[in-house]
Amino acid sequence: MSHSSLPVQQGLYDPRHEHDACGVGFVAHIKGKQSHDMICQGLQILKNLEHRGAVGADPLEGDGAGILVQIPDALFRKSCVAQGISLPTAGEYGVGMLFLPRDAAARAACEQVITDKITEEGQVLLGWRDVPVDNSGFGESVKAVEPVIRQVFIGCGTDCADVDSFERKLFVIRKIAEHAVRCLPNEQGQSFYIPSFSARTIVYKGMLLANQVGKYYLDLQDEIMVSALALVHQRFSTNTFPSWDLAHPFHMIAHNGEINTLRGNVNWMTARHAAMSSKLLGADLEKLWPLIVEGQSDSACFDNALELLVAGGYSLPHAMMLLIPEAWSGNPLMDEERRAFYEYHAALMEPWDGPAAVAFTDGRMIGATLDRNGLRPARYLITDDDLVLMASEMGVLDIPQSKIVKKWRLQPGKMFLIDLQAGRIIDDDELKQQLATAKPYREWIEKSRYFLGDLPNADIKKLPNESLSDTNLLDTQQAFGYSQEDIKFILAPMATAGEEATGSMGNDASLPVLSGKNKVLYNYFKQLFAQVTNPPIDPIREEIVMSLTSFIGPKPNLLGIDETDPPLRLEVHQPVLSDEDLAKLREISTLTQGRYKALVLDITYPVALGAAGCAGAIKALSVAADQAVADGCNVLILSDRAVSSTRVAIPALLACAGVHHHLVREGLRTSTGLVVDSGSVRETHHFALLAGYGAEAICPWLAYETIATMSDYLPAGLSGKDANKRFIKAVNKGLLKVMSKMGISTYQSYCGGQIFEAIGLNADFVSQYFTGTATQIEGIGLHEVAEEAVRTHQAAFGNDPVLSNALEAGGEYAYRVRGEEHMWTPDVIAKLQHATRSNNGQTYKEYAKLINDQTQHIKTLRGLFEIKPAGAPVPLAEVESAKEIVKRFATGAMSLGSISTEAHTTLAIAMNRIGGKSNTGEGGEDAMRFKTIEGGEKLSEIIGKGRIEADQILLPGDSLRSKIKQVASGRFGVTAEYLSSADQIQIKMAQGAKPGEGGQLPGHKVSEYIAKLRFAIPGVGLISPPPHHDIYSIEDLAQLIHDLKNANPRASISVKLVSEVGVGTVAAGVAKAKADHVTVSGHDGGTGASPLSSIKHAGTPWELGLAEAQQTLVLNRLRGRIVLQVDGQLKTGRDVLIGALLGADEFGFATAPLVAEGCIMMRKCHLNTCPVGVATQDPDLRKKFTGQPEHVVNYFFFVAEEVREYMAQIGIRKFNDLIGRSELLDAKHALAHWKAKGLDFSKIFHQPDVPVSVARRHVEEQDHGLSQALDHQLIAEAMPALENKLPIIIESRIRNVNRTVGAMLSHEVAKRYGQAGLPNDTITVNLQGTAGQSFGAFLAHGITLNLSGEGNDYVGKGLCGGRIVVLPPKECNIVAEENIIVGNTVLYGATSGECYFRGVAGERFAVRNSGAIAVVEGLGDHGCEYMTGGIVAVLGQTGRNFAAGMSGGIAYVLDEDGGFEHRCNLAMVQLEPVPDEADASDLGEVETHGRVHFNHLGKADEHVLRDMVSAHLRYTGSVRAQDILNNWARYLPKFVKVMPTEYRRALQEIAVEQTKQLEAV
Amino acid sequence: MGKITGFMEFDRLSEQSLPVAERLKNYQEFIPRLTDEQTAVQGSRCMDCGIPFCTTGCPINNIIPDWNDLVYRGNWKQALDVLHSTNNFPEFTGRICPAPCETACTLTINDDAVGIKSIEHAIIDKGWEEGWVIPKPAQTKSGKKIAVVGSGPAGLACAQQLARVGHDVVVFEKNDRIGGLLRYGIPDFKLEKTHIDRRIEQMRAEGVEFRVNQNIGVNVPAQQIKDEFDAVVLTGGAEQPRDLPVPGRELQGVHFAMEFLPQQNKVVAGDTVLDQIKATGKHVVVIGGGDTGSDCVGTSNRHGAASVTQFEVMPRPPEQENKPLIWPYWPMKLRTSSSHDEGCQRDWAVATKELTGKNGKVEKLHAVRVEWKDGKMQEVPGSEIEMKADLVLLAMGFISPVQQTLEAFGVEKDGRGNAKAVTDGVGYYQTSVDKVFAAGDMRRGQSLVVWAIREGRQAARAVDEYLMSSSSLPL
Repeated sequence: MSHSSLPVQQGLYDPRHEHDACGVGFVAHIKGKQSHDMICQGLQILKNLEHRGAVGADPLEGDGAGILVQIPDALFRKSCVAQGISLPTAGEYGVGMLFLPRDAAARAACEQVITDKITEEGQVLLGWRDVPVDNSGFGESVKAVEPVIRQVFIGCGTDCADVDSFERKLFVIRKIAEHAVRCLPNEQGQSFYIPSFSARTIVYKGMLLANQVGKYYLDLQDEIMVSALALVHQRFSTNTFPSWDLAHPFHMIAHNGEINTLRGNVNWMTARHAAMSSKLLGADLEKLWPLIVEGQSDSACFDNALELLVAGGYSLPHAMMLLIPEAWSGNPLMDEERRAFYEYHAALMEPWDGPAAVAFTDGRMIGATLDRNGLRPARYLITDDDLVLMASEMGVLDIPQSKIVKKWRLQPGKMFLIDLQAGRIIDDDELKQQLATAKPYREWIEKSRYFLGDLPNADIKKLPNESLSDTNLLDTQQAFGYSQEDIKFILAPMATAGEEATGSMGNDASLPVLSGKNKVLYNYFKQLFAQVTNPPIDPIREEIVMSLTSFIGPKPNLLGIDETDPPLRLEVHQPVLSDEDLAKLREISTLTQGRYKALVLDITYPVALGAAGCAGAIKALSVAADQAVADGCNVLILSDRAVSSTRVAIPALLACAGVHHHLVREGLRTSTGLVVDSGSVRETHHFALLAGYGAEAICPWLAYETIATMSDYLPAGLSGKDANKRFIKAVNKGLLKVMSKMGISTYQSYCGGQIFEAIGLNADFVSQYFTGTATQIEGIGLHEVAEEAVRTHQAAFGNDPVLSNALEAGGEYAYRVRGEEHMWTPDVIAKLQHATRSNNGQTYKEYAKLINDQTQHIKTLRGLFEIKPAGAPVPLAEVESAKEIVKRFATGAMSLGSISTEAHTTLAIAMNRIGGKSNTGEGGEDAMRFKTIEGGEKLSEIIGKGRIEADQILLPGDSLRSKIKQVASGRFGVTAEYLSSADQIQIKMAQGAKPGEGGQLPGHKVSEYIAKLRFAIPGVGLISPPPHHDIYSIEDLAQLIHDLKNANPRASISVKLVSEVGVGTVAAGVAKAKADHVTVSGHDGGTGASPLSSIKHAGTPWELGLAEAQQTLVLNRLRGRIVLQVDGQLKTGRDVLIGALLGADEFGFATAPLVAEGCIMMRKCHLNTCPVGVATQDPDLRKKFTGQPEHVVNYFFFVAEEVREYMAQIGIRKFNDLIGRSELLDAKHALAHWKAKGLDFSKIFHQPDVPVSVARRHVEEQDHGLSQALDHQLIAEAMPALENKLPIIIESRIRNVNRTVGAMLSHEVAKRYGQAGLPNDTITVNLQGTAGQSFGAFLAHGITLNLSGEGNDYVGKGLCGGRIVVLPPKECNIVAEENIIVGNTVLYGATSGECYFRGVAGERFAVRNSGAIAVVEGLGDHGCEYMTGGIVAVLGQTGRNFAAGMSGGIAYVLDEDGGFEHRCNLAMVQLEPVPDEADASDLGEVETHGRVHFNHLGKADEHVLRDMVSAHLRYTGSVRAQDILNNWARYLPKFVKVMPTEYRRALQEIAVEQTKQLEAV
Repeated sequence: MGKITGFMEFDRLSEQSLPVAERLKNYQEFIPRLTDEQTAVQGSRCMDCGIPFCTTGCPINNIIPDWNDLVYRGNWKQALDVLHSTNNFPEFTGRICPAPCETACTLTINDDAVGIKSIEHAIIDKGWEEGWVIPKPAQTKSGKKIAVVGSGPAGLACAQQLARVGHDVVVFEKNDRIGGLLRYGIPDFKLEKTHIDRRIEQMRAEGVEFRVNQNIGVNVPAQQIKDEFDAVVLTGGAEQPRDLPVPGRELQGVHFAMEFLPQQNKVVAGDTVLDQIKATGKHVVVIGGGDTGSDCVGTSNRHGAASVTQFEVMPRPPEQENKPLIWPYWPMKLRTSSSHDEGCQRDWAVATKELTGKNGKVEKLHAVRVEWKDGKMQEVPGSEIEMKADLVLLAMGFISPVQQTLEAFGVEKDGRGNAKAVTDGVGYYQTSVDKVFAAGDMRRGQSLVVWAIREGRQAARAVDEYLMSSSSLPL
């Protein structure tokens, strides 16, 4: 059903992975006054949001844009009279906006359906109108799919009493018409879509560029067309396929964001079908199904759900609160009634979770709401003539400042509503207060709720296997596939420390489907994670938005809005049940006097039936479940406690998912709860999977039994009960991490969310039991899965002597004889090291053979590939030289910090010698490394004597500079100088070892040197946030790319992604966001420390991700303008060759070069004990480093030579001719392995059917549009300052389309003067207007930007020495300190410099600040998060979660209401008064530009603060500052000093050290 | 995982031998095991490598990091279980193995290896002390009968494995006592024979039957064995010594090491040996620089030799190998055994030219220095050596198994006279003759005890699979 050329699913490309994000905005007249001007303003907003959209391969083709307005009665009346249609009075007729097929017959069929349905539903067809359009500005690709656009007019029938019921009827007609059209024969309904169908609103949209909407729809130009509101949307999609119906606005909303939990939400809606009833809709309710059609965008699905709720009687704001509730459970500041409201509604529906700014309207009211974490921007202003403007950014309309009475922003979880009928704005508090007190929610909850934990204890002895004997226990553990590693690496750390264990060096073990070992079903699933199109969450630092509350049991009627007797609810605070909890659940009927009824379903079956018995057993389970529901059971417990030598368990995941989907299909799922009680569950990943496939609670009974016998591994004195508690705590933490990886914040939404993909399971099996889950290479099915379970069971209860008194070795996490196969074996490492150390090609060949020849033991997908010749062999001499090929090689991003200085510089020297690229990794780079080397110098002479433990002599022409500079979420050491020294700047969106997670450098690894490079304090731990706080969506990424390109126009900008299903779509989006280079990493790479479950269970092999990226890019015709790099356990020339054939231009290597320089895969990087000095900061161990650049150089030449030999064999001379030639790959014919037999690689080898002219490799450069930059003008004017350091003042106007102002100018400064920059105030730029995003990004020392107006998001991003001042313009009458002056994420990653904001800032102010000084008059949530240095003074209120993860720096907060303590996250900081000067014995230097000084120990606080406030007054003329200074004695006691605990400790240590040194002198 | 920083905190502590003067007085072992406490500390030096190179350095793939950790935690019994899961006879290897595991230990890259062998030694000795080593008879019998020909380490390991999965196993030994090379090749001061005796007791309890003085193919017809048993495993030693074809070889006082060493072992065992070859008061020259040569040195010194000299024809190996190019593999380097410490002149690149004497008794040895170029030996002109020699012991290695048994079964041989059989894939360890298997020195030629155990274990699995079509025995 689409006007689109969206390709069908092919190869690895699947249209359902498409993402979009965008700019959104609306204008409205508060009093409801209609005008044509309103529409014009809406269109103007669109034009000014254009940079938030994107264009595809064809510059005349936009991603879609549209506008929603009130029904323009006058216009229609005029136009209908002309066509002989008579319209009733306004409100008594509706208008359907229709996209119809171009084919006349099909169109007629569709129109007939509409006509019929209108009549059938008792309404009146008034007539049809052709919508006048002008497509003269269209590109050919858009014209080709342009629909015929018509409007249908429907008169209100007699049965509709009011407009509401008429509107409801129109909704019903639309749904049944859509459904009927879908059922039309011969695909006649293919190109049919209804943008709107309402008596109140109408939508004009399409596959348009933002500025085309007004030109295309002639109606919009007609002055007679008026509206009191205009809701507009500009889309940025990840693809280039024209699509009309994916444009926003939808029927009721325009959405900027992403619903992460979509799959689950849609499933739950389906599941509710049978259990739903509505008094209002009555019999019409049934006609609405299928409510949500498969294959729509997330926003469209959300729109469908919202429509249902509104039709079912919820008010628009009420429905929005139900769908996107604010974070209530962890918010102690929320009032009781509102909490009760949310608590009550939580049982009704799981949140539609994800970053979202949703603007919504029904034509009578218009409003917007933001997700609970405030992950999208939404700013608004109100004028003195009742205009309200809301948009993703400010400056989109030129409104005279003097007319503005309020400038504010939408805050996380808040709503903003304009009631046009009442003629007023209803703010969040009033609105929610009204709704919250409408019903006695608290009383209802008290009446209807049971907490499982509060119920009296049941008899645990009744559990069937309450005490297993020792031998039984061992057999049972074996039956569920326990290995020794499960005890040692999984359970022991969890039960000891309450945390999952950490590991290092990635995953080089066999894929489960290729493994000769019997694997548990869990291992075939990989966790999905957010990258680019949505942000992951930090579940620790941003715990306030997370919740693990789960509801067990039936769900209430979603539309039971009139109920007065609230349905029962059974809750747990977290989903991991203890044995005691489970016993209660089994006895729940007794404990609740029969109100709940539980039934245990045994999921074991006789082992004698073998694998063949499994299908029947599952079937029987489904039948039993149906029967149970029919019998009134409302809690089903799937239990495998009956496992024994004669009974084998169905894999619990299979049983759970099977029953869940069966009940969903039957519409019974919400009639009962589903609980899993299984011996197989032990890892976080297992819990996450069961949750993802529907388990509301999980009891890991065997894990408890096992922990009880593990005293050897647990601390002395830890009771079994406490150990279990710690284990549960660890699982909880792990679950939060897995959920947050995908940006999901509540268990309720995660439950049934299916945030996984399968690797090696066949599609039939998956669609039957794991419906809707992606699986791309086929593989095993039910029989093999069952066979594996049976084999495991037989081994457990058999006579295997190895298993008679011990568990299987495992060998997943460390190499073990009899364990899992690994790529890196002792021989492989020995051969590689011997070869590279002695430059012995023969030994290299032995190494390569060990890797390449996987005939005996297949470990990777590529191990199963065969390479076919392209033609006759060619002489080796004619093949492109190795010297050329090695230029395509790069080393992976390993930071100085994760590896030693010696190891890091060795890689850089080697890569520079061969003309490849090394990567700084996250953590800055020493400017000393940019020096030119004459030859003969020692490394220590360049870097510094005390900083090198294993020295080496450098050669002439050597360079220590890493060509690739990484920009990661921590932004450590990212300065104008750092960026200016790059050939390539890599944005790390994810890393293979732990996609979706942040990193942490523990304090003991932060040496003096590392601290210096990272602008941190030695000994204080550093946290990298999970998301980049300036990338919550694809258009944010485009902005960062733009920022970095400005910061170094010569550098290519790279984006690093990790392979997962849908990565191709993301790569296409990245190409559209103007990246020059994209890296697809495999899941298996990764050298850094990471939680074990992330190493093992997140991400997919690069073969899949690379092929999907190549296919999608080619399909989108974007491949030519981007360089595609692959990395992830690349080891040999064969790996490179296969990478090239699948589409890679370039290749990244990390582990192998590390091994060449001495790494022996200890997998102890996280412990700082690397015995060969590679991954450690311990000086004694670093002395043992013996790697030499030659070793690495030798390695890369060996690889290149191997590639050449292959090329000669297959008859290809130029490397470029290899790229994308997947037709030269084939699957090995002789697949004997019983599990691998079912694999099908045709999707990997697929080539999109596009003309030969479409590029399949990198051939052209991106157009970054830098020529438009305001900075060109600034640079020109600043030449005297740049060349001769002469002070200069520049004046200019600025608009929101002027983005990243100051960055390119700073680049010019950094290029010439490095980090030191120019003297203070050398370049002063005075600007007037609204600045675009990233104002003053990476601003260098010596530049001052004075902005009179306002800033948008990312002001002062990466500030590194400059000064930024933003104040309201003089003519503006607002009270500065009560209005917003700069947007979200201001000062992100700032390293030094200062800024003064006269007014309030948005969310996430000074996140990751490591040295800048800032004064601001108020700020939003998450202020100073992850801050490590600098000083922030807040002269007003802060939002919640201030100082989360703040390990350094100081904040002074004026706490007038005394409530700051509750808004501050006290996990890492202490609050104290600001000591007055009388106590200050030693006044330190204040003008330090934010550098840390140990006088922060409390000596000069007052002095520091007063200087900052004085400077604020001086620069901004702040009334607030004046008042404070005038009444200093009164205000000083109200200031709170926020002091990080760690920081204090480190400063004290440094002070002691300095005193010692002084005394010594 | 032991102690995370153990390797940085603690030095290697090697087992301390008794003083030379003390130990030369008798034929008893002189290396007491480490105390429990010492062992735990040494265990903590293990880094629990992500890739334990020691495990693959070890021919039987001992799961070294695991038992190191268990010992560190004081869980000795479980450590013993893990040790036994790969090694039937840790008390043998814990004493006489040259420990390739330690040369592969990651710590040796730039430090002293973990004392793996001493830990193994301590674990198994403690196991015996505590009575943890008990018979493990099979729960059900298969009814299959298997003959194991040869009772050295390969035969014993093979027999024990097969018995434990329920087969009836008979071990045939041509000598009068069980143990093969362990019994008569290795001197008591390196391996006291009670260790063998108690293992045999354990194996008897597990159902293994031992028949001595049964030289198959000589005093027992091979066909009889083939008829009586469902499978036969040939696990004889590589006993054919390399000879020294020089003038004077026939003189009295010139003996193969394996004539000399077994006699002393018999004497220690209480047998009377007529005309025992004694080194007492003699100038002894040992030709051959390997382990057997060392044993001759040690035994000669215990006899009270006037002097002991040991020659090796190969050049003196370096004291330290080129580690970056060799680790984790076994290096060629100078090895000094405990016997050398007891008094011995060693010389390298020396080739014996002639033996001379009076009255048919050897008195002098004539040799010449040699140089090796491109693998070829050249005499150095004018470097002739002449020295006193009353007893010359030939310890130059072994060429092949004794051929009678192989010929009696008619199995195909490889170029070196060993039984021909592969070690993996289809028909592993099977000879060319149906139901006849071969393992240990008889298949691979002269090697280490630990290799013999490996082959014995693997052959046992091969036989079990052959008879039962599948096997639960580990590889």
